Amino acid sequence: MAMELDVFVGNTTIMDEDVYLLWLDGYTVSDAVSMRMKSGILEQCGASQDVLESDTMDHYRTFQMTERLLHNPSKLVNQLLFQIPPHRQNMLIERWGGGAAIVKITVQKCYKILNPFSPSLAPSLPPSLALTGRYYAFDEAFVREVLGKKLSKGTKKDLDDVSAKTGITLKSCRRQFDNFKRVFKVVEEMKGPLVENIHQNFLLSDRLARDYAAIVFFANSRFETGKKKLQYLTFEDFAFCAEQLIQNWTLGAVDSMVEDMDVDLDKEFLQDLKDLKVLITDKDMMDQHKSLVCTALRGKLQVFSEMEGSFKNLSRGLVNIAGKLMNNKDVRDLFIDLVEKFIEPCKSDKWSLNDVRLFLTQHTNSVRALDAFKHQAVWERYMRVIQSCILKMYHD
Amino acid sequence: MPGKLKVRIVAGRHLPVMDRASDLTDAFVEVKFGNTTFKTDVFPKSLNPQWNSEWFKFEVDDEDLQDEPLQITVLDHDTYSANDAIGKVYIDIDPLLSSEAATVISGWFPIYDTIHGIRGEINVVVKVDLFNDLNRFRQSSCGVKFFCTTSIPKCYKVVTVHGFVEELVVNEDPEYQWIDRIRTPRASNEARQRLISLMSGELQRKIGLKVLEMGGNAVVGYLQCFDLEGESGLVVRAIGTACTLDKLSNPSAALLPACNSPSKEIKETPFSEDPNPNTHSSGPSTPLKNQTYSFSPSKSYSRQSSSSDTDLSLTPKTGMGSGGSAGKEGGPPKTLLRQQTQTALEQREFPFFTLTCFPPGFLVHVGGVVSARSVKLLDRIHNPAFVGIMGNTRSYKLLDWNSFSADEPETRDAWWEEIRQEIKSHAKALGCHAVIGYSESTSICEEVCILSASGTAAVLNPKFLQDGSLDNYSEHRLSRQPTYFSTGSEKGEFDFFPLSKDSSSVLGLEEPSPPSCGFCHIPYDELNMPFPAHLTYCYNCRKQKVPDVLFTTIDLPVEAAVTGKGCLIQARLCRLKKKAQGEANATAISNLLPFMEYELHTQLMNKLKLRGMNALFGLRIQISVGENMLVGLASATGVYLTALPTPGGIQIAGKTPSDMTYEQHISNMQKKINDTIAKNKELYEITPPKLFTLDPEVSTFKGQNTEISEEVIGSPIPEPRQRSRIFRSHSESSDEISELDLSHGKKDAFVLEIDDADAVEDIHSLLIDAPLPAGFYSCNTEIMPGIYNWTTGLQMFTSVRVFRLNNVNLTNQGLNKIFNDLCENLLKSLYFKLRSMIPCCLCHVNFTVAVPEDELIQVAVTAVAMTFDKDQAQESWKASVDKALMKVIAENEEQLQFPLELCSDSPGAQLFSPRKGTGLLESASAQAIPGAQRATSVEYSSFANRCNSWIELVKVKALTIRRGSIKTTSSLEKASPQAEGHARVRSTTAYTGSTITVVKMTPLSFIPGAKIIKYVGIINMFFIRETTSLREEGGVSGFLHAFIAEVFAMVRAHVAALGGNAVVSYIMKECVFMENPNKNQAQCLINVSGDAVIFVRESELEAIPVQPQTTSSQASNSGADVTT
Repeated sequence: MAMELDVFVGNTTIMDEDVYLLWLDGYTVSDAVSMRMKSGILEQCGASQDVLESDTMDHYRTFQMTERLLHNPSKLVNQLLFQIPPHRQNMLIERWGGGAAIVKITVQKCYKILNPFSPSLAPSLPPSLALTGRYYAFDEAFVREVLGKKLSKGTKKDLDDVSAKTGITLKSCRRQFDNFKRVFKVVEEMKGPLVENIHQNFLLSDRLARDYAAIVFFANSRFETGKKKLQYLTFEDFAFCAEQLIQNWTLGAVDSMVEDMDVDLDKEFLQDLKDLKVLITDKDMMDQHKSLVCTALRGKLQVFSEMEGSFKNLSRGLVNIAGKLMNNKDVRDLFIDLVEKFIEPCKSDKWSLNDVRLFLTQHTNSVRALDAFKHQAVWERYMRVIQSCILKMYHD
Repeated sequence: MPGKLKVRIVAGRHLPVMDRASDLTDAFVEVKFGNTTFKTDVFPKSLNPQWNSEWFKFEVDDEDLQDEPLQITVLDHDTYSANDAIGKVYIDIDPLLSSEAATVISGWFPIYDTIHGIRGEINVVVKVDLFNDLNRFRQSSCGVKFFCTTSIPKCYKVVTVHGFVEELVVNEDPEYQWIDRIRTPRASNEARQRLISLMSGELQRKIGLKVLEMGGNAVVGYLQCFDLEGESGLVVRAIGTACTLDKLSNPSAALLPACNSPSKEIKETPFSEDPNPNTHSSGPSTPLKNQTYSFSPSKSYSRQSSSSDTDLSLTPKTGMGSGGSAGKEGGPPKTLLRQQTQTALEQREFPFFTLTCFPPGFLVHVGGVVSARSVKLLDRIHNPAFVGIMGNTRSYKLLDWNSFSADEPETRDAWWEEIRQEIKSHAKALGCHAVIGYSESTSICEEVCILSASGTAAVLNPKFLQDGSLDNYSEHRLSRQPTYFSTGSEKGEFDFFPLSKDSSSVLGLEEPSPPSCGFCHIPYDELNMPFPAHLTYCYNCRKQKVPDVLFTTIDLPVEAAVTGKGCLIQARLCRLKKKAQGEANATAISNLLPFMEYELHTQLMNKLKLRGMNALFGLRIQISVGENMLVGLASATGVYLTALPTPGGIQIAGKTPSDMTYEQHISNMQKKINDTIAKNKELYEITPPKLFTLDPEVSTFKGQNTEISEEVIGSPIPEPRQRSRIFRSHSESSDEISELDLSHGKKDAFVLEIDDADAVEDIHSLLIDAPLPAGFYSCNTEIMPGIYNWTTGLQMFTSVRVFRLNNVNLTNQGLNKIFNDLCENLLKSLYFKLRSMIPCCLCHVNFTVAVPEDELIQVAVTAVAMTFDKDQAQESWKASVDKALMKVIAENEEQLQFPLELCSDSPGAQLFSPRKGTGLLESASAQAIPGAQRATSVEYSSFANRCNSWIELVKVKALTIRRGSIKTTSSLEKASPQAEGHARVRSTTAYTGSTITVVKMTPLSFIPGAKIIKYVGIINMFFIRETTSLREEGGVSGFLHAFIAEVFAMVRAHVAALGGNAVVSYIMKECVFMENPNKNQAQCLINVSGDAVIFVRESELEAIPVQPQTTSSQASNSGADVTT
């Protein structure tokens, strides 16, 4: 004796938020059922386990059917298959998929089904935004693993390692990976601002769109983020850096109507960076630079003597990074270089964040006073990014 | 050439990738109507083509316009090989043929493929230019409106109800043609879809012709069904009720659904007007179920009143029905009017009405459920040479099983005719001249087919029925009070009641039956009861006789007085059957049927009593046949009618009262049952008014035990007592005393005797019906009695379950348990799913069972969950009733002429009729005047009753005085004549964000909190879906889930294209699912229908300060209607 077939279809598609999260997290139906049982839902509703199983199955099927549409969220808005009510609670547009979701569950302990009857409405939202947002949300732990990696089949094959390492189900890893790849493919060669393109094509919230822009950008330039020395950095750090890079170093920073404008770095600019070498190769200039900085910072810096001692090293480090950026391979090492050449020495000398800020500001500005230096514009474009990146990355 | 059909293909979107190389598609469209085809250009390399075609014009007969669907095929152009079809859209253009429905069909339609499902969407615009054709011999019936709704549609008023219309067309099933062996499944599915579309069109046209012939302009309660008979063909049949409808001039008068406003407006039938209004002076009714098991014409047997017959042996058909009862009908209590109506209705072939909800005053009395079943054997097609003949030729290939000679063709028409005759004669035996809430169904397994028909025998008010013999009468009435008919199902009825009551009570006469109980009064002569039944005086008016239990197939009349809330009651039953072939099989089935009906009835009765209720509405008994079993499912909504006696409890009796433990066991069980009844009474808020407690025993009478004769103990009814009961009069209180005297001893207890395991099982199953979770109610009627303040939450859903029985050696009990669990679990699942809507009520819960294969039981449910406001339930309702009353009065006063005029006539008539009735009986009743112990209480109660009526009268008068203020309200509300235009603007602007209109779907005829302002056309769609990759599509559940979602999507798209924003009276009539997991294949057929409408939220339409969806607004709207 067995239930051969068991379906429930509503004219208004019923979607249980919690089941959706379980599905997104890649749990099997039976796992999801036992997790739901633990939440005490049965006691609340006086239902039995098979009722819960049947309900979970229905939801899983619905989500599987919507998945095809979620891959192309602009389709979701005018698809006819599911009637997803236009008035939808604005609860699913969260950035940090997994983590935030769990918080949400506890907040919304009442297991509210998304439906049109809930009186609190967010009419400004298109109907499917919430769904999409949640679908495209990703786990911090996961994104750190793949950030900067090539979104290729090879990487996908290694996802089981990622899954084992992060404790995120393989299914969920694959979905997140596929999301990255899908977004990457769509916006890779589009004109116009990256964030805007993602926002338009995937109906993601502004914040999530920015995150995806960072992921796309990192994947395209294949920045190294996985080295041990970089482990202390969060995705948010990188996302911030990516934004800086996009805003200052890409083609889009110069010309807003070029293909790949936000994805690729401005090659000409990278070439020009070689000219900065003069700052360390010209001995006079370097000394002059040092004395300018020291004069300005005397008494203001807690670690003045350490600074004075390591000025040349640090300065050399910063300029050398610039010099190498014309090679693709060295671009990938940008962050590791920043850590090795600048952040680590400062940290070992116990510089405070404020010390770093003051030093970098002064270091950048003092160059203006060097009459012999002819590449002010390039220097400032370079240092603007380096300065904010280092400041963002300068923590434990 | 009376019609020009114009089609424009605008664009496509989300098309599937047809060219793997480019990941794109070169799409073009073929537009086909009849034999003409147009093509668009190819739009190369796009998944979102913009064709922007010219107008394709088809010049066609209106006959074709009605029959043919517009067929749009989207294809992928391929230079080298054949073009690949992406999918199709069938558009029924019927709504464009009626001036009152849609004027244009325009919108995005899902492109549907029977193998792949929905594949993108296409934007199409369709228009029709219709030229008037005055040819009286025409074959078309353009302009006749069709409604699935089984009540008068909301924005119409009924002028005349003409009566029953039926038609059926037969054809080969393409799936079984020889060519099917060589063509693809897709081609075969498409042939089938197209054929059924054509046949429905043809059927609708033919019914339309019949309606025009009758002088009507609409079909209400249109029910179209398919019989997939396999090799013997495909039958499309339909029944409906022909009416003449008038559109209400002011759209704002398109009123709220009746149920939002269980308007207690007094909708009394003006009996004072009747020439001889003694319609209700006669007899008893009880849940009588007449069944016929006519196996073959030659061996046709019928059995009547299973409810009371101990003897289940079949009696010859001729023994009952027309002959006998017709004679009885001619008896003295028959009044002139009655006879008139009778003859009027008898002139019709079948005085049947598919309506379940009636304008106030239409329904006079309800007799009980009548049903007939017949087992037929489908014959094979001997000569496939005629394959493919369509149109008007009806192929006579469906032979009765025992008439093997093809020279003597027996059509389906004849089969149904036979069954309808049965129904008609059953109704007659119940003293009723009409059958309402009528429906027909079939169950087919291999070559055996069970035809079933059921309805509710009733006496109707002839005012609405136009007929020869009544012409003068009705014309007279019409001319005098045209607005009387202008009510729709809602209201607008004059209130004659207070006035006539006034006169009658002044004169100390019996009042006419109040509306709240009138329909319960037995319709026929109690001297000649067709079955033993137990009658009492109506608990509401105390004047007429009522049965102790009432079963009906209709919705609860809005004016009915109900105590507490109602609930869904189901009886479920499985019976094993030996596998057999042909005649033997048919015989076996027809032998089983009576037992099944009997047991289902017993279960219903027990469950009803267990809930402390006394009436069933919306009763639907389905018996499905499979190869090795029969499955029966009876669903109904139980209520406590205030007018009917309090049902007795259930008593358990052991057969051998020897063993102590056994006794203990029994008393335990008894306690459990008593507890359950008490709990249920609390749950459903059944607290009968004080009045009843004064004489609790009036209702009790052992005779009712005969209801379930097999399980009854207790002494048989003594003959003299029965006589005394029968010969009592209406007016003499002494007589009531005589009846009271009868009731002592075991009284009303319903006794179950436990003599074997079966009985224990029965009792057990009785008790295992899971209680409803808190906050949930359910019913299978339109509205839940006792819930009045619906909020706007609405969720229609379909749930399907198929259960596989692996255990080969099943007993009947085991099977019953499985089936019972299946249904219970399904309900539990629904409650869980819809928990966020609490407090809510599942309305119109419609179960369908089938036995698709040997060991499979399929249960499908379609229902709607509606939220309601728990808190303000009672008071606001009462307030609204009061308000309604006010408005009604106000309205009446505005047309003062009529009521006054009529009233002046009334006392005379009033005087005359009851006297005549009582006079006749008085002599007889005088014989029986036993002890007078309870005289006082009876006197008191009737006194109280009279007091009540006085109070009511005073209240009414007081309200009348306030008329002035009411008038202002109604005139204020006149301000919405542009409501329709206004609404349309809104509906288009409301969803600027997304192009998709939200379309609500509901099986009910109304939308809570909203007003239906226009019917834009009937939806009647048939889809087939097939797969050869079942596993890949998520197994059977994944497959069916997707398909049902697709069906919903297509219905919504069609409604939206018609300009509508909701489907009402939605029904999934067929869901045939077949699978072959070994071959990784499955196929499913779904047939749905409903009425596409435009509705406007009350709150949007006008700001009514009081609760938007209560009576007050309704009443005031109609007030506006009247004044403008």
